[in-house]
Amino acid sequence: MKFAILVNEGPYQHQAADTAFNFTKAALEKGHEIVRVFFYHDGVNNGTRLTTPPQDDRNIVNLWSELAKEHDLDLVVCVAAAQRRGIVDEDEAKRHGKDANNIAEGFRISGLGQLIEMGIKADRLMAFGD
Amino acid sequence: MSDAAKKFMYVNRRAPYGTVYALEGLEVVLIGAAFDQDVCMAFIDDGVFQLKKGQDTKDSNMKNFSPTYRALGDYEVTKLYVDKESLEQRGLGEDDLMDLTYEDEDDDYNEKPSIRIVSRDELADLMEQQDVILNY
Repeated sequence: MKFAILVNEGPYQHQAADTAFNFTKAALEKGHEIVRVFFYHDGVNNGTRLTTPPQDDRNIVNLWSELAKEHDLDLVVCVAAAQRRGIVDEDEAKRHGKDANNIAEGFRISGLGQLIEMGIKADRLMAFGD
Repeated sequence: MSDAAKKFMYVNRRAPYGTVYALEGLEVVLIGAAFDQDVCMAFIDDGVFQLKKGQDTKDSNMKNFSPTYRALGDYEVTKLYVDKESLEQRGLGEDDLMDLTYEDEDDDYNEKPSIRIVSRDELADLMEQQDVILNY
């Protein structure tokens, strides 16, 4: 089955990010296809490489980056939500005159159209959040 | 609308201010309109407050985005289902909601109301028919 994954909550604050990750990993292991993972609302905070959790805790951002590398996943952070919350890649940083960027490996910033498109392409869109 | 169009429902469950969900949810609806799908919105629980007339956010320093709902008709988002029970529980009636309309291109562009007050059973049936439900 083709799944689209929507992550609406930030890491650590809310279990939704963990559950979305575990679901995505399990679906891939069962041979399903992940059309895209889209990060919206505070979910965009899953895409900053500056995340530094205590060493004895899981690093959710790195888990996503590793899974993306292994399975060639498309991890998309919503540009409008990201701008509000200070998640920027190199292009965005340049465009808005910021002195740094913080997007994590394997993530890319794009528009909300990517959310609608994955809903059209997938058999099921799974949303994680409240 | 193409035959392959999917049925999308945007479910709004939260008050317009206090959290960003309503504002960012509306942004998805506006962008989604470009994709020519079969779209509707549902307003339940505190989500019914999003449609309330006369919103004034001056004292709270929040951006009043309620005028944007008036544009939905122009984006061909013309089915706004409002849960009757949620309205009643909050002491609201249809008269407390904004007059949202659209021009019906299949009926000589007559102006028609976008808001439809429905029961929970009707909403449940509508949800059953959807392909994609996005929930804010």
